[in-house]
Amino acid sequence: MALKIVKGSIDRMFDKNLQDLVRGIRNHKEDEAKYISTCIDEIKQELKQDNIAVKANAVCKLTYLQMLGYDVSWAAFNIVEVMSSSKFTYKRIGYLAASQCFHEGTDVIMLTTNQIRKDLSSPNQYDTGVALTGLSCFVTPDLARDLANDIMTLMSHTKPYIRKKAVLIMYKVFLKYPESLRPAFPRLKEKLEDPDPGVQSAAVNVICELARRNPKNYLSLAPLFFKLMTSSTNNWVLIKIIKLFGALTPLEPRLGKKLIEPLTNLIHSTSAMSLLYECVNTVIAVLISLSSGMPNHSASIQLCVQKLRILIEDSDQNLKYLGLLAMSKILKTHPKSVQSHKDLILQCLDDKDESIRLRALDLLYGMVSKKNLMEIVKKLMLHVDKAEGTTYRDELLTKIIDICSQSNYQYITNFEWYISILVELTRLEGTRHGHLIASQMLDVAIRVKAIRAFAVAQMAMLLDNAHLLTGNMQRNGICEVLYAAAWICGEFSEHLEDPNQTLEAMLRPKVATLPGHIQAVYVQNAAKLFATVLRKHEGATDSQAAQETSQLLVERLPLFVQSANLEVQERASCILQLVKYIQKLQQKDVEVAEEVSALFAGELNPVAPKAQKKVPVPEGLDLDAWINEPPSESESEDEKPKAVFAKEETKHSRPRHTEVDEKELARRREARKQEQANNPFYIKSSPSSQKVYQDAPGVEHIPVVQIDLSVPLKVPGMPMSDQYLKLEEERRQKEKAEKKKKEKKKKREKHGKGKKHDSGPESEEDITPAHHVDIVTEEMPENALPSDDDDKDPNDPHKALDIDLDNLLSGTNCRPLADTEKLPVRTHRSEPLKSPGEDGDVESVPQEPKKRSSKEKKEKKKDKDKDRKKSKEEKKKKKKHKHDAEDEPAELPAEEPVKSEETNEVATPPTSTSAEASDLDFWLSSTPVAPTAKEVAAPAPAPAPAPETSLAAAPDSEADEPKDAEPEEKCSKHKKKKQKKEKEKEEKKEKKKKRHHHHHHHSDGGEDSVQNGTMEEEEPLPPMSNYCLLAENSYIKMVYDIQGNLQDGSQVVVSVIFENKSDSFLKSMEFNVLDSLNSKLQRPEGAGPHDGLVVPFQLPPGVSNEARFIFSVQSIVMPQKLKGTLTFIVKSEDSSTHEKLDFKLHFTCTSYLITTPCYSDAYAKLLESGDLKSSSLRLEGVNMPFHHLLARICFHHHFSVVERIDSCASMYSRSIQGHHVCLLVKTADQTVSIDAKCDEPSLLGNVLDEIKQTFSQC
Amino acid sequence: MIKAILIFNNHGKPRLSKFYEHYSEDTEQQIIRETFHLVSKRDENVCNFLEGGMLIDGSDNKLIYRHYATLYFVFCVDSSESELGILDLIQVFVETLDKCFENVCELDLIFHVDKVHNILAEMVMGGMVLETNMNEIITQVDAQNKMEKSEAGIAGAPARAVSAVKNMNLPEMPKNINIGDISIKVPNLPSFK
Repeated sequence: MALKIVKGSIDRMFDKNLQDLVRGIRNHKEDEAKYISTCIDEIKQELKQDNIAVKANAVCKLTYLQMLGYDVSWAAFNIVEVMSSSKFTYKRIGYLAASQCFHEGTDVIMLTTNQIRKDLSSPNQYDTGVALTGLSCFVTPDLARDLANDIMTLMSHTKPYIRKKAVLIMYKVFLKYPESLRPAFPRLKEKLEDPDPGVQSAAVNVICELARRNPKNYLSLAPLFFKLMTSSTNNWVLIKIIKLFGALTPLEPRLGKKLIEPLTNLIHSTSAMSLLYECVNTVIAVLISLSSGMPNHSASIQLCVQKLRILIEDSDQNLKYLGLLAMSKILKTHPKSVQSHKDLILQCLDDKDESIRLRALDLLYGMVSKKNLMEIVKKLMLHVDKAEGTTYRDELLTKIIDICSQSNYQYITNFEWYISILVELTRLEGTRHGHLIASQMLDVAIRVKAIRAFAVAQMAMLLDNAHLLTGNMQRNGICEVLYAAAWICGEFSEHLEDPNQTLEAMLRPKVATLPGHIQAVYVQNAAKLFATVLRKHEGATDSQAAQETSQLLVERLPLFVQSANLEVQERASCILQLVKYIQKLQQKDVEVAEEVSALFAGELNPVAPKAQKKVPVPEGLDLDAWINEPPSESESEDEKPKAVFAKEETKHSRPRHTEVDEKELARRREARKQEQANNPFYIKSSPSSQKVYQDAPGVEHIPVVQIDLSVPLKVPGMPMSDQYLKLEEERRQKEKAEKKKKEKKKKREKHGKGKKHDSGPESEEDITPAHHVDIVTEEMPENALPSDDDDKDPNDPHKALDIDLDNLLSGTNCRPLADTEKLPVRTHRSEPLKSPGEDGDVESVPQEPKKRSSKEKKEKKKDKDKDRKKSKEEKKKKKKHKHDAEDEPAELPAEEPVKSEETNEVATPPTSTSAEASDLDFWLSSTPVAPTAKEVAAPAPAPAPAPETSLAAAPDSEADEPKDAEPEEKCSKHKKKKQKKEKEKEEKKEKKKKRHHHHHHHSDGGEDSVQNGTMEEEEPLPPMSNYCLLAENSYIKMVYDIQGNLQDGSQVVVSVIFENKSDSFLKSMEFNVLDSLNSKLQRPEGAGPHDGLVVPFQLPPGVSNEARFIFSVQSIVMPQKLKGTLTFIVKSEDSSTHEKLDFKLHFTCTSYLITTPCYSDAYAKLLESGDLKSSSLRLEGVNMPFHHLLARICFHHHFSVVERIDSCASMYSRSIQGHHVCLLVKTADQTVSIDAKCDEPSLLGNVLDEIKQTFSQC
Repeated sequence: MIKAILIFNNHGKPRLSKFYEHYSEDTEQQIIRETFHLVSKRDENVCNFLEGGMLIDGSDNKLIYRHYATLYFVFCVDSSESELGILDLIQVFVETLDKCFENVCELDLIFHVDKVHNILAEMVMGGMVLETNMNEIITQVDAQNKMEKSEAGIAGAPARAVSAVKNMNLPEMPKNINIGDISIKVPNLPSFK
């Protein structure tokens, strides 16, 4: 055997290896292609051999050739063979080749699935590593689906090397197979706290990528990232996290407030420029998101701007570039702070580095004012002349136009100047932006009426000198301006001094070389001009001149009638006939001017670019429905005519030549080529000019004279924009002088809808426009829909990853939790709990040892769905559609028989744990400092928690679907309503609703009751509230609820709602409690043990608000009471009095319990373990439906239903210190018996007493 | 995300190309040519960031490059990467190459492009930064090379011998070719850490 191997390798040692190949290629510089083709032949031979070493060698060479640009996809199968070699050496070669040349279209990829799976589970970590690396490059949706589970298992591999790769590749898997995000997310989140820094970094990396696209779903991770940020020392991780926060802050202003301080500290402390820069960037993002003022707000801005100035002034060009980049972000919201650095930015405009100049240009946008616009533009025009590359010049051009046209031409005081700038810009040779200049010309001429005469004169000049523009046809971008020029001259021809001359210019034979759409405009506007000429001459009884004009048209128009462009042809022949007819009439001395002018009468108004889109669809009109039978598919769609006027949409309006018979053209071209090839005297054209011919169909035979205009031409008679600058200076001087004379002159009317640029320097207001201009606003259809969300790309792959993970997180709780795991806090907003049968399954995938084929799974699930649906449809119609949506991603096997799953579902606990979302709220609001807390809990709550709350409040049938803006709106409406009404009233209203109600007084949440239904609705449940009265007097009423804080086993959160019952203003409320040995009110650091806590809000009459207080408790087995006092000031119109109210806080044992879902199997194990002490309770005369009874226990005592069979149910809960409490509830004839087990007998006894109490009250 | 990593020399010859998005071979070559064109006309003392070119085309991508002796190292990244961080990553990459090849020069890259790929695979995976710690990268690369050697065992010996002989006999032994023989000097840049 060994001999054979040695023999094999001796055979192959004379084969070329990679080095030989490279050497060979270098030695055959002259005939490289030929050499390589012989090498490829050799490789093909080698690939046919059985020896894997030879094959691997061949594949290795192919990888090199692939880099040189040779297509090696024909060897895909051999690559797969090499990949499946058992030797690492060859495997690595195979995977490298695959990663370089496989893609989604490679068909052999499907053969690799099993091989990759095998490699992933290989005992050798490098086999696994190499497979993961390769897979990361060529993963397809199929591979992602089939291997997702394997990779997910690897995320918990013992070796960090594998873990980090597995974590990282999950991002690619998510992209290709979005369904995997849900089940994999909890584990991914876990990896954020992996002991290995590499794995941690990978997880941060993946979540940052995900969050960048759909930030709102990751908001709940903010506390975790915050912790990482303050603890991590790895700059890579820090940068990623800080960037992530930059993406999150716009969604949650409170987060920004929390971030400012640590970020500022980092800015001051770090020595790494990269970190400093990212910190500055995120601080900027925070400041942008904080619309309302913060006390040290401006200080932060100043800090950023200062740091950026240091960067920009740095000799390192990289820092300079980044400094400018960040500066442009500040510019949007805080233009003033940037404007003070104008000197620096203007200086950067002269930098030798193009990248830096471009960045500086971006900033200029915000630097201009009425005062300096002309100056800055003049400077830019100089740059335009000097610019060497066309890209930079084009950039300058667009910037000039952007700067001038920004906010509705706000800064332009002299439109003559602007028109001449535009005209000057047309002299730029070879720019791509002709259409941009053209649309500006049109826009200005149409909307600024006062400027029309001037504009028309300029345009006439342009038309007259059109040959200068069109001389260079290679890039015909600039001739677009002729489109505008012709239209303006035609439409506003009454302002023309010499229409005859312009008409003549428009009908020159050279016009036929212009693109079709421009010719069409020429023809049409020639007719308009003709009408003007007629009118002019008719009055003067100069019939001769008019007839000459007609003659001119009759002579010239046939040129256009022959045009290859259908549009041109059609218009030309129409107009030609018309003119001929007019000519006849003229000869009979009939007056025609009036009638001809009537053809073009009426004003064209500017229409907003989006106007068409905004026309509301009339009711009952279905735009997607076919009006007639759908046509057969063979019909090809004509290219839609492009309007030049629509600014952004037409990047470069190409001449339309679809109408021309393409085949015919091609045939002719072919024939011509043939002819040329046979003609020895013919000099073959370069490919670029060939292209030009294609762009101007039908004109191939016309020799185009190309004039190289490297020197910007000064067209005689054209005004130079520079002179305006001088004029403007003088004018302003004069104006100032004048103004001094008559101080009390009334304020002049200002143009531009009277907008005032308030941030400008002192005398900004003094600058009056040179012309009285009236900028016509663009028209919009009546009752246009005011939405701006129409620019979203529906094809974004990240859209599929927009999955609400908060809900998912709440789902994870359905799984029995290990003792080491932490539970999310149960706060007052409860999150809808999806049936554990489903989400539990999702969660349990990774642990499932058995792998069934996904197909099988799907089928099973489908059957189940059907059953379930049937049963549900009978019961309620509302939720009919729900399960399709929910079950789809969870196409996973159920571990339990259908029946038990059904029961599970039925008995879904009405109370559910709040998820991370409210966790986040808690984290964000738990700042002990009073002023911040005030803002957080103030009557108008920050907008960001709204989506979460509404999510939580939405019926669970919707909980799975990605949320859009709609619920937010809904929620905010609720909010407003709510603040004015008393809760009790609302409660009554809620009775109408057909769900189990959770009463949640939550002032900043906005939703009073959270619907959180049991699946089965036999009968409506009465509203319930956990809030009980704390104390009341004539001024104030306090109700409270206590919840365990599961982040900390020794804390409970007491939420107190204060309601002002008086007509006076209540302020300076102070909440104080006499601590016991066991329970203590948590006071801010530095406060004495007897100090009260300031309630962070004031109460106007009739208003209520909620505050939370945290208590630390040591023992939770006994209920206890704490005495406390509330002091406050009652302030009425004329007096203010100090008042106080004593109260007793009752900490029941129930309040230490936290609703924790539990699986029936885990539950069974728990009971079997025998660690639990039992106790029981009998309730007589309970007269309520069983599900009401269960709901009550769930709600008031924080239990969850594990299983329910007929009139018997098992329930479970956990205390904040981890005690298990199990109940078995049976009912028969108004008697309820509860058998209970718990590992702490006294806790159990107390809980049972409290349950008894609950039922005795009703 | 890193969209592509390109290494080419002062004449635009590709020495390594790694695209993390699929393009056809022709497009890849065109991108390399165009990128070279953009990068090579820039002066030495301008910034290392560049916007424009096919790779960018309207997106928020950016070219970040460094020039070492005869080679350009170009990374095309989107806005989720830190610009300075990537510059540092390039530095780590080059230093790692320097360690693995012992005074790396263009010829090492020419003849051992597969090894360069293997090193890169330990740093960047599927367009995402996997590892930035040079020692960790070198450890993993060495371990894999060791494995490869042990696999070759006896069978590999003759092949190695032959390749040594080939190198000995041929006049154009790599190190003697004067193009690109300049070893890449790795400047000591202010560290990122």
